[in-house]
Amino acid sequence: MSKIVHIGNGAGFSGDRFDAAQALVQHLKSCDGPRYLMFEVLAERTIASAQKAKAANPEAGFSPYLDHYVTDILGDIQQAGITLVSNMGAANPEAAARRIHELAAEQGLKPFKIAVLAGDDVREYLDDDALLAAETMEGTSLAGRTICSANVYLGGRHVAAALATGADIVLVGRTTDSALVLGPLIHEFGWAEDELDKLAAGTICGHLLECGGQVSGTYFADPGFKDVPDLAHVGFPVTEVTADGSFVITKPEGTGGLISPATVTEQLLYEMHDPSRYLVPDVTADVTQMTVTQDASNRIRVAGVKGSLPPETLKITVCVEGGWLAEAEMSYCGANGLARAELAGHVVKTRMAESGCNQEIRMDVFGAYSALDGGILTDERRASLRFDDDYRLRLSLVSETRATAQKLHDELQSLYCSGPAAGGGFRGSVTEQMSSASVLMPRAAIEPHVSVRDVPAG
Amino acid sequence: MSDKVWRLPLHAIAHGRAGDKGNVSNVSVIAYDEAGYAFIEACVTEAVVMDVFSQVGATSVMRYLLPNLKAMNFVIPGVLDGGVNESRNVDRHGKNLSYLLLSRLMLDIPDNLLAQDSPYRTPEIAAQYSG
Repeated sequence: MSKIVHIGNGAGFSGDRFDAAQALVQHLKSCDGPRYLMFEVLAERTIASAQKAKAANPEAGFSPYLDHYVTDILGDIQQAGITLVSNMGAANPEAAARRIHELAAEQGLKPFKIAVLAGDDVREYLDDDALLAAETMEGTSLAGRTICSANVYLGGRHVAAALATGADIVLVGRTTDSALVLGPLIHEFGWAEDELDKLAAGTICGHLLECGGQVSGTYFADPGFKDVPDLAHVGFPVTEVTADGSFVITKPEGTGGLISPATVTEQLLYEMHDPSRYLVPDVTADVTQMTVTQDASNRIRVAGVKGSLPPETLKITVCVEGGWLAEAEMSYCGANGLARAELAGHVVKTRMAESGCNQEIRMDVFGAYSALDGGILTDERRASLRFDDDYRLRLSLVSETRATAQKLHDELQSLYCSGPAAGGGFRGSVTEQMSSASVLMPRAAIEPHVSVRDVPAG
Repeated sequence: MSDKVWRLPLHAIAHGRAGDKGNVSNVSVIAYDEAGYAFIEACVTEAVVMDVFSQVGATSVMRYLLPNLKAMNFVIPGVLDGGVNESRNVDRHGKNLSYLLLSRLMLDIPDNLLAQDSPYRTPEIAAQYSG
């Protein structure tokens, strides 16, 4: 029988359900062949916060949730020989490895062989000035800014190199999310750099898995239109991949959720632009001829992914300090609620302008206009609103100074006593912001600096 | 077959999901069946999508077709108030923007394309879209 590689994904973002991997581990224990468990927990901004944590404490800077995700599964994956691959390393994969060694020792387990990938933090070998001068392909302008972090997206081949050390656990910082799946596949099947269709299939497989339950029923339910069984207990996805790159997406028996052509298609196009040119460091994937077929209940087979040569550059996300966000809300309910909420907003705007604030203040009123309206209530929409309803004013601004942000917060708060009738339920916050931009660098400036390190126990 | 035509939002015959990259949103629109796909491919054009998204700052709309998957993908720059790290929108990722398109693009939908068990056929919901 031909070899099948099984890969489950236990997390789709930093803060995803901590217990989702339990069912995956039980499922993987029942499978034959190479088995992997991945966790994707590293958003663009997460790594910048992690760099700050590492600067304050050299043993910090990895996922703050590492203990939550791995403590209860370490014994099972060691006993069953399941390999763990994750970007929980964030800004400090070696410290993450040491923490896992500690957890294993506390549980009386044998030491794991842990490999980490180094080189994604480009500030170890590129000047900040070079990064700030680089042309940005998306995001904020970098000129004159203060860099918090700069990490290049490494690819599946880099993750495969870490697996080639024979590691039980591979911890990385910034790679493409899909590389956490493509890496094991390159390692297991020995796919060469010119086997582009296979690399593309492995990439799309990773793309489908990387958001955890988003391919198996979460983020999909729309009651009466798209119903999902037992959304409270969705089974996270597991893939079964064969050497030709074709694969099945399924989930553990007895779990909630749904895997259908519709759930797979929604997740396929999630965060994708041109579907004929999905770029990762290993390949350019084309899904325009892709097919999804239902093999059985909650089993979808994917085929027809095509690949072409990868881009000549690698993408670096540069995070810079981004000022302060103020958000403040107050509710105005019942008769004439919208007019009272809007009056409150105008009072605050007037007082902010008089204090010399020239930042634009965004005004929303929940119940009338908010996330879909760009801060604008059209006449047509206004005409459809109820005179007596539940309205909640929200004001927000981004400022270079903390003081201006705090001023907005304080002005709305003052309307508890000093605003229109019956404002209540004030909540507000002032939070430091991070801006980011993407820049492209030639591979030759990056790849010589990428390395694999073993982190031995104690 | 009924000649009835329903004036309803795109949501009645399609679903989708929004994703963010920088200040660019992408919104997929996926039909529930082949006939529905042929209909939305014909009428959910770049121009009508631009019309819906212009209020939230769209600077352009690019449409990609995936007929194998009964799906279209719209790439819409400018609609995320600078992107997740800069936005003052309560929904900084624009996760809700799929429902901006699904809810506010009104279509004249032939009766045979509306599922027999569609909630839009119930009097409570139908009444909200009549007149």
